[in-house]
Amino acid sequence: MSLKKISKDQPEKFEFNDRNIELAKKMINNYPEGKQQSAVMSLLYIAQRQNNNWIPLAAMKYIAKFLSMPYIKVYEVATFYSMYNLTPVGKFFYQVCTTTPCMLRGAYKLVDVCKKKISNKENEISTDGNSSWMEVECLGACINAPMIQINDEYYEDLDEKKLENIIEQTMKGKTPKPGSYRGRVNSEPENNRTTLVGIKNA
Amino acid sequence: MLKLKVNDKDIEIEEGLTVLQACEQAGVEIPRFCYHEKLSIAGNCRMCLVEMEKSPKPIASCAMPAAEGMNIKTNTPLVEKARKGVMEFLLANHPLDCPVCDQGGECDLQDQSMYYGIDKSRFKENKRFVPEKYMGPLIKTQMTRCIHCTRCVRFATEVAGIPELGAIGRGEDMQITTYLEKAMESELSGNVIDLCPVGALTSKPYVFEARPWELKKTETIDVMDAVGSNIRVDTYGWEVKRVLPRINEEINEEWISDKTRYACDGLKSQRLDHPLKKINNEFKKISWKEAYEIIAEKIKITSSDKIAGFVGDLTNMETMFVTKEFFEKIIKSKNLEARDDNTYINTEERTNYLFNSQINGIEETDFILLIGANPRLEATILNARIRKNYVANKTEIYSFGDIGDQTYPYKKLLAETKIIREIYENKSEISKKILDSKKPLVIIGKSALNSKSGKFIFENMKKFLIDNKKITDEWNPLNILPVNASSVGSYDLNLVNNEENLILKKLQENDFEIVFLIGQDNLKFKKKDEFIVYIGSHGDNGAEIADVILPGATYTEQDGFFTNLEGKLQKAYRASFPPGEAKEDYKVLNELSELLKRKKLFQNKDELIDNLLNYLDLNQKKIKSKNFSSVDYIDEKIIINPIDYYYSNVIARASKTMSECRSIKTNLKKTGTEG
Repeated sequence: MSLKKISKDQPEKFEFNDRNIELAKKMINNYPEGKQQSAVMSLLYIAQRQNNNWIPLAAMKYIAKFLSMPYIKVYEVATFYSMYNLTPVGKFFYQVCTTTPCMLRGAYKLVDVCKKKISNKENEISTDGNSSWMEVECLGACINAPMIQINDEYYEDLDEKKLENIIEQTMKGKTPKPGSYRGRVNSEPENNRTTLVGIKNA
Repeated sequence: MLKLKVNDKDIEIEEGLTVLQACEQAGVEIPRFCYHEKLSIAGNCRMCLVEMEKSPKPIASCAMPAAEGMNIKTNTPLVEKARKGVMEFLLANHPLDCPVCDQGGECDLQDQSMYYGIDKSRFKENKRFVPEKYMGPLIKTQMTRCIHCTRCVRFATEVAGIPELGAIGRGEDMQITTYLEKAMESELSGNVIDLCPVGALTSKPYVFEARPWELKKTETIDVMDAVGSNIRVDTYGWEVKRVLPRINEEINEEWISDKTRYACDGLKSQRLDHPLKKINNEFKKISWKEAYEIIAEKIKITSSDKIAGFVGDLTNMETMFVTKEFFEKIIKSKNLEARDDNTYINTEERTNYLFNSQINGIEETDFILLIGANPRLEATILNARIRKNYVANKTEIYSFGDIGDQTYPYKKLLAETKIIREIYENKSEISKKILDSKKPLVIIGKSALNSKSGKFIFENMKKFLIDNKKITDEWNPLNILPVNASSVGSYDLNLVNNEENLILKKLQENDFEIVFLIGQDNLKFKKKDEFIVYIGSHGDNGAEIADVILPGATYTEQDGFFTNLEGKLQKAYRASFPPGEAKEDYKVLNELSELLKRKKLFQNKDELIDNLLNYLDLNQKKIKSKNFSSVDYIDEKIIINPIDYYYSNVIARASKTMSECRSIKTNLKKTGTEG
């Protein structure tokens, strides 16, 4: 992973909306008096949610003022963690897991599909402005490999065709159904359980 | 006390030390990059690995607290292998550009790779490239060389108090930068260059100037402010190439201010190198003999009370003493003054004009009151101590009026004299705080002493502290913050004509016929038809109005004593020599007196120094009256005078680097101290 690029087009101003100010205050209250700066990660995430899934520099300044801490400290945190987006992402943000289990199960084929269908480069918004994709490290669903995350949902047990199908749906603006695409329940075996069958809630 | 073993040698150390410090006490040197005594512990370079008994892995000695019964080994094959491994990783991405790197020859990485480096690289991949960062006109960056020790980040946040530097990204891609790449807004920023163990941060004005082994090093004293920081001046031939700090725990610890470090290029420009005479508004070169004769003629036809002398802010004590003797014995005039304004100074006792609590004492105080002082700009190094105390103890700090960002928070009082009255009449909460405090610190600055109420503020604060038994043998909370290197020395030599500086008033009324300006460029007066003799090093305000110019030397070109604001007598040593026909300052008046009285004031410099030290000795032993004279109260505002930090003296004004810093600072933002 290389150093995250900061978007060149930055909004002038950023402010939390009323609902998020409430939420931010609630987060800050989780920490003892004088340690409010600990809430910086939550606040960055709130800002990311509010601002179409990415954090502009104005938001970092705003949060620094909000928590009365130096700008550079917020900037450090935002550039350290990979799940903060510092450039605009598509409305449908594809995160393709390429860590070993997914890779063995054909994650790079999914990457090729993304390159073909969405945009040639990682972190580049598609021509219709609707979606973007990036490679990420393990998302913790190895048993359903290969998988991708679109916004907040997991799409599992994929192959090229299934992914193409998903991308076509998102291009029309529809949110596809999350979960396994081979009809599995969570991470259960494909054709029902073969072990511990006698136990009801195993 | 803890008992532990280092390399099978039993040692006893104090509690609270780290393993690295314990090893140092045992006389074992541990290589390190990120660890620095004056900064917090980071433990991220891993170079200081040592073997500890019962630990399966080597430990980072800088971050491991020493404990009873530890058995540390630093010379085993395991340690060497571990350090070699660390070094290999550090060198993996470090460019091989030592021949073109300014750090070459004094680089920690270079030195330590002599011991732990492997001769062949196993790193076949491409080396990391990091774009250069802009950090202002003083610091040149070459971030590809950075080994992520984070010393600079810790220095900026902890000591300098400007959390502007940070490490963005992570792992191999970590980069040190300022927020949005702007110049560091600190007067201590130059110190990150010394702290950087590699060539990532180097000095911009010194870039590609010289190699460390080519330079002649002279340990001397700084004169940019009254603190008297200990410095090392590096010269190449005549030129002063750079100025570095020298460790003196009592004064500057390991830091120096940017003005101290970078004003040295002002020693090369605007210099006066030949005696000059003004003929029809144009300066013509003349010989020393001619110059002396012109001045001697003038003195002979002028009555002695029409001759006045003003001593400047960078003048050493020898020169001041010669001037004093010259005026008292040759001219027989008392019109001699070292101040350039109406600063109130009571020279009856030495403690009346010193920083009595001492710079070290700042760390012990539990309450600080600033009266008309802006320590960040008037004494940067001293301000770093105040911040050090604040960081350690969260000390309460009060100031009269808004004095801008001081790198620590302070509470603002109304900047009016009536607050002073309330304090000494015991009506203010501040007086209670001072009385409750064990070791309070009252710092009276130049802005307060220079106002009409200067005498009122000083005398009443002093009386208040004496009456409440706050001034004891162990602790004297009354502190004056002089701003010039020569200030305390000139008070010691009694170069203060009276409280109100009548001589300056007379000068402004054009009452004198001959005026000697000895390195004095800061006087505010309109010249009429005085005959002005300027003795000094730079063509500045003083030389501009002079009729005869006698070229002198700067602090790096002559030996000279300076007394710092605590009253410590320190000697500055000559590192270079005066340019052209210029002479050491003390010689000029000494030779002039030979022409006037056929005898030099002092036969040689030793005689001068003996006399000077004798005078200082006698002066300090003299018992003086301690009467308090009541002072009339004037209701007025204490105005904090604006300070042109980067332009405060002739050397700084001649310096290109200082001009750059100044223009950046004035464009960036207002500090609130503009008045």
